[in-house]
Amino acid sequence: MSRPRLIKESSAPLPLDRELLVRIHDLMVKTRVLEERLIQMYKQGHGYFWIGGPGEEAFNVPLGLLMKKGQGPEYDFLHAHYRQSGTLLALGEEPIGALRQMKNTASDPYSGGRNFAGHFSLRKYNVAPVSSPIEVQYSIAPGTAMVQKRVGGDGITIVTGGDAGTAEGDFATCLVWSSRPANPLPVLIIVTNNKWGISTSAEGQHGEPRVSERGKAFNIRSKTINGNDPVEAYLELKEAMEYVRKERKPFLLEANVSRLYGHSSASGANYVTDEVDCLKDFEKRLEQDGVLTRQQMDDLRNRYTEDMAAAARIARDEPLPEPESIWKHIFAEDK
Amino acid sequence: MANMAQAIRMALHYAETHLGVTDIFGEDVGAPLGGVFTCTQGLKTTWNSPLDERGIIGAAMGIAMGGGRPVAEIQFCDYVYNTIDLLKLAGNTCWSSNGDWNLPMVVRTPVGSGIRGSIYHSHSFDATMTHIPGWKVVMPSTPLDAYGLLISACKEQNPVMYLEPKALLRVKGEERIPGEPDDDRTLSKLIDAPLGDRSQWKPQWPEALEAFAVPIGKGKLVREGNQVTVVSYGRTLPLCARAAATLADEGISVEVIDLRSLWPYDWDMMKASIQKTGRVLFVNEDTEVTNFGEHLVRRTVDELFYSLLAPPRLLAGKFVPGIGLADTLEMASVPQQNDITTALRALAGEQP
Repeated sequence: MSRPRLIKESSAPLPLDRELLVRIHDLMVKTRVLEERLIQMYKQGHGYFWIGGPGEEAFNVPLGLLMKKGQGPEYDFLHAHYRQSGTLLALGEEPIGALRQMKNTASDPYSGGRNFAGHFSLRKYNVAPVSSPIEVQYSIAPGTAMVQKRVGGDGITIVTGGDAGTAEGDFATCLVWSSRPANPLPVLIIVTNNKWGISTSAEGQHGEPRVSERGKAFNIRSKTINGNDPVEAYLELKEAMEYVRKERKPFLLEANVSRLYGHSSASGANYVTDEVDCLKDFEKRLEQDGVLTRQQMDDLRNRYTEDMAAAARIARDEPLPEPESIWKHIFAEDK
Repeated sequence: MANMAQAIRMALHYAETHLGVTDIFGEDVGAPLGGVFTCTQGLKTTWNSPLDERGIIGAAMGIAMGGGRPVAEIQFCDYVYNTIDLLKLAGNTCWSSNGDWNLPMVVRTPVGSGIRGSIYHSHSFDATMTHIPGWKVVMPSTPLDAYGLLISACKEQNPVMYLEPKALLRVKGEERIPGEPDDDRTLSKLIDAPLGDRSQWKPQWPEALEAFAVPIGKGKLVREGNQVTVVSYGRTLPLCARAAATLADEGISVEVIDLRSLWPYDWDMMKASIQKTGRVLFVNEDTEVTNFGEHLVRRTVDELFYSLLAPPRLLAGKFVPGIGLADTLEMASVPQQNDITTALRALAGEQP
């Protein structure tokens, strides 16, 4: 097991460079405002369904920042789930892409108007298409990791999913295939645990005290962290990724996070007041440590709110895909 | 001449040495067994997977995404059903990502009756598989086509489901695979693993093997005729050919089409034949309700109604939950030689 970190004491100085803290904060705000705009679009009838990850910014943003970004097995692969706009923005995506996907415009860069919000696909950065059936990505991830191990280099496969989906056999598949003694694989297996599966509480599903303990049976190094703290998330992700990169072995990381707007529009998508808000907590610490002032942070949020409203107006006026486009891309042409 | 299992093995050897196939894997696919039907003996990229069909299909998708070219095997198609959502996902990955991703992967699985496989080793998969858009689906009935279709499958940019009629895996071909030795015994000596300890054994692959490819989507006119058309594939195809030969002695002229590719399929060939004969029988052994042949019947009615001299017919497996082990039960469940001959004779005699 990794050694414990003493970074939770609010009196301790933040152990990251100021520049990085500001960047993480900026991306967390940008992500939160994007998600709030997506929810608003849904409520205004500019989209059919919203699902996303407000509450997971503190984990998802550091993940995107730490990924080795590029195309092909020399770079990291991400088999994501649909709560990771923060990771995509941290990889450098512009929020208007997510807004276009919400509006199902022809210009939707991830699916051409074919898929739900949050269902990203980005081949240029090895982001595999996000699927609605939860957890299938856990079965697919060992495949990219096998190729990466064979190719050499330090590219790793990262797979993320929620705690509820660990009930599916695909999660066991990932543990089994990643940890075979004859061929261990460089997979960072992530579970973001928000304690809910739509309306089923963790108590209704999990007998195991911690999801990460399931790694023990497979001799997979594992850890549970506070995913609501971006500093802890950054440092723990960095350490786990370095282990997987260097050792070419799996690591199971469970991040406890919040679900700030419920599961999706199906459960109302309203702010949940009794969950920890990672952004509010982080801002308190940034202010306390003198990294940013309240004014600076308010200005940033206002600026992003305006940007996002303007981007949403652009997306709203763009055309839907042509009906004939249903016939496009059923098969890939020979390249 | 090679049998179908040998043909598949030679095609895979060609594909891993010339077409960039990186992984041939599944349960018992690697050493020491080399596949329960011996289709993967002696190949260099084979490996044994955990006993986990979802893992097999998922890994194939991941390998294809990562830049590899996998050929995955599900030991019997009866066991592929717990991967159905992954197959759907593989089929829609290109479409749902608006062309961003494509999956060059092949899944091989043995299908159908004929080995006394009882309830869980006799299923057919053609109707289910042709229900999943985004896949190409092929099923050979001869060793040469098995070779050529697999070569094409391993060149594809898209997922290909390669259905192997297990009843035909041990049947020798009548046509020579380009590059295979003339003599069966020589071929067997070169590429069949010995019984017992095979840890030191290495195959000697025929060096002259060629990239002989059967294009996906092209049927084969097996026999010309002008009174009735029969369209089939896999195990029932040779039965149809024999029925046509029998009926020729009675003065009934049957045109036999081997579809070979179920998706995309060779409608032009079927259409020309049905317009010529005015009568068509579709034969396969999948269960008859919501059968792939029903689609072909519907299309025939839609497009060729006024060319027909008799209703298009379907001869398929009975809609029962499995194939019983007793010989009598298996024979009663799926079309046999006599059923096909009888059906064709009746159709040929049917008058408007």
